[in-house]
Amino acid sequence: MEKRDVIIIGGGPAGLAAAVQLHKKGVKNILILEREHHLGGILRQCIHDGFGLSRFQTTLSGPEYAARFIEEVKRCQIPYQTDTTVLEVSPDKTVTAVSRAGLVQYQAKAVILTMGCRERTRGALGIPGERPAGVFTAGVAQAYMNLYNRMPAKEVVILGSGDIGMIMARRLTLEGAHVQAVFELQPIPSGLPRNIEQCLNDYNIPLYLSHTVTQIHGDTRLRGVTVSQVDGKLKPIPGTEKEYPCDTLILSVGLIPENELSIDAGVKLDGRTRGAVVDEHYQTSVEGIFAAGNVLHVHDLVDFVSMEAERLADSAAQYVAGEPLADCPVEIRTDENISHTIPQRVSGGKDFQLSLRVRRMMKDCRIVVRQNGQEVAAKRMKKALPAEMVQFVVRADKLVSEDNLEVSVEC
Amino acid sequence: MLREFTCIICPNGCEIQAEIKDGALTSLTGHTCPKGEAYVRQELTDPRRNIATSVLVQGGELPLASVRLTSPIPKARIFDAMAEIRKVSLKAPVEAGTVVIAGILGYDCDVIVTKSVAAKG
Repeated sequence: MEKRDVIIIGGGPAGLAAAVQLHKKGVKNILILEREHHLGGILRQCIHDGFGLSRFQTTLSGPEYAARFIEEVKRCQIPYQTDTTVLEVSPDKTVTAVSRAGLVQYQAKAVILTMGCRERTRGALGIPGERPAGVFTAGVAQAYMNLYNRMPAKEVVILGSGDIGMIMARRLTLEGAHVQAVFELQPIPSGLPRNIEQCLNDYNIPLYLSHTVTQIHGDTRLRGVTVSQVDGKLKPIPGTEKEYPCDTLILSVGLIPENELSIDAGVKLDGRTRGAVVDEHYQTSVEGIFAAGNVLHVHDLVDFVSMEAERLADSAAQYVAGEPLADCPVEIRTDENISHTIPQRVSGGKDFQLSLRVRRMMKDCRIVVRQNGQEVAAKRMKKALPAEMVQFVVRADKLVSEDNLEVSVEC
Repeated sequence: MLREFTCIICPNGCEIQAEIKDGALTSLTGHTCPKGEAYVRQELTDPRRNIATSVLVQGGELPLASVRLTSPIPKARIFDAMAEIRKVSLKAPVEAGTVVIAGILGYDCDVIVTKSVAAKG
């Protein structure tokens, strides 16, 4: 069996950033395994700009952002293998992969999970009705248009106000389709305000909150959808049904970390993020298996994915060098206003970046970290939205004990 | 008159309130950096946007190369720019950064390739 210091599963933004950073830290015996034919992951089809403002202080398209890392991988001669699908990761860090060359097994000292996420589909929503062609997730429509030169739609309705859905509303409009409206089940948009402005408002595409698709019509191709208003409990209100004739329904209804391999490896998942439970080293419940990026928790911005993977690589490099990573007995707990945090456990001896999301919109509030009731870190928010990940550093010298940390929102 | 803007310059998406008297900006609140003020001033006089799309590639390992503008153009000209870009067809290999239309529609703005496409092997 071939031996590697680090196997990185997935050559998207997280995997690429981890590889480059590991190389900088002196770890050279790396292998990136990527199932697609090219490195770059989902960025390859995200041709719009707006990437890179935090990481590179300039605005780039997705392919340009990816190229910055891919060029670095090539320049450092970091080994990678595309067209290769990992079938299994075992708790002892044996990685089994398949490609045209056949089945290969590697024994790794450390495994880095950077598989990204998947879109929720119609099946996950359980929308009643017929099953015609013409119902796509936003990412599938994006791949058709931006990778394969196929125009999937003429008359469009979009369900869900996720960022990719709004970006596709603009993209479809630019290519001559008519986007009638975006419907969002929740009373607040799930995507970023700037995308509502530049993707919907700019093109006069209305956004209806507290609305959902309640029926799908069409035998071969989609003929139309029924849309209903929903009440405070997100249940459709009888009598509010409205018909929208359309040939395409685009779904932008959420992303789910892709953790099938992690589960096989015995990695403990967090029901809130649907990604791994990690400590401040981005190490999962299995020693030597690390996770970062969208496989860990869904991000809004690729910049934060790269930077998280770079922090991961710092600890993975330490682990591979045989220096023990500090135990992380301090749990991070949340109140009902916080949906989750990353990491979920820390050592208490090292500064760490806390990432979290709030559950509902709150104005003029503070996100506060307390230990034994004492405030140890805080971030003031003019407006906190579930759509925007909040990040700030918690300093170890502010901690007062080894007791658990409590994160809450104070208005 | 009070007008509200959502700044699109960065993902913070600041909500900016602008007080406008006789077409002139008299006060501004809600922005958290100087780019917010510049954005509102631009929106009041000449709103501009960048666009991203793709051009055809002949003989490439992919049928398309993505492109974008090097700077924003007036919002009202976006569909004219799309029509110009649609006329472009390139031969593989195509390098990211290549200018495919210089000074589109007469603006100080180029259309550049954002994804390299190798020739079909």
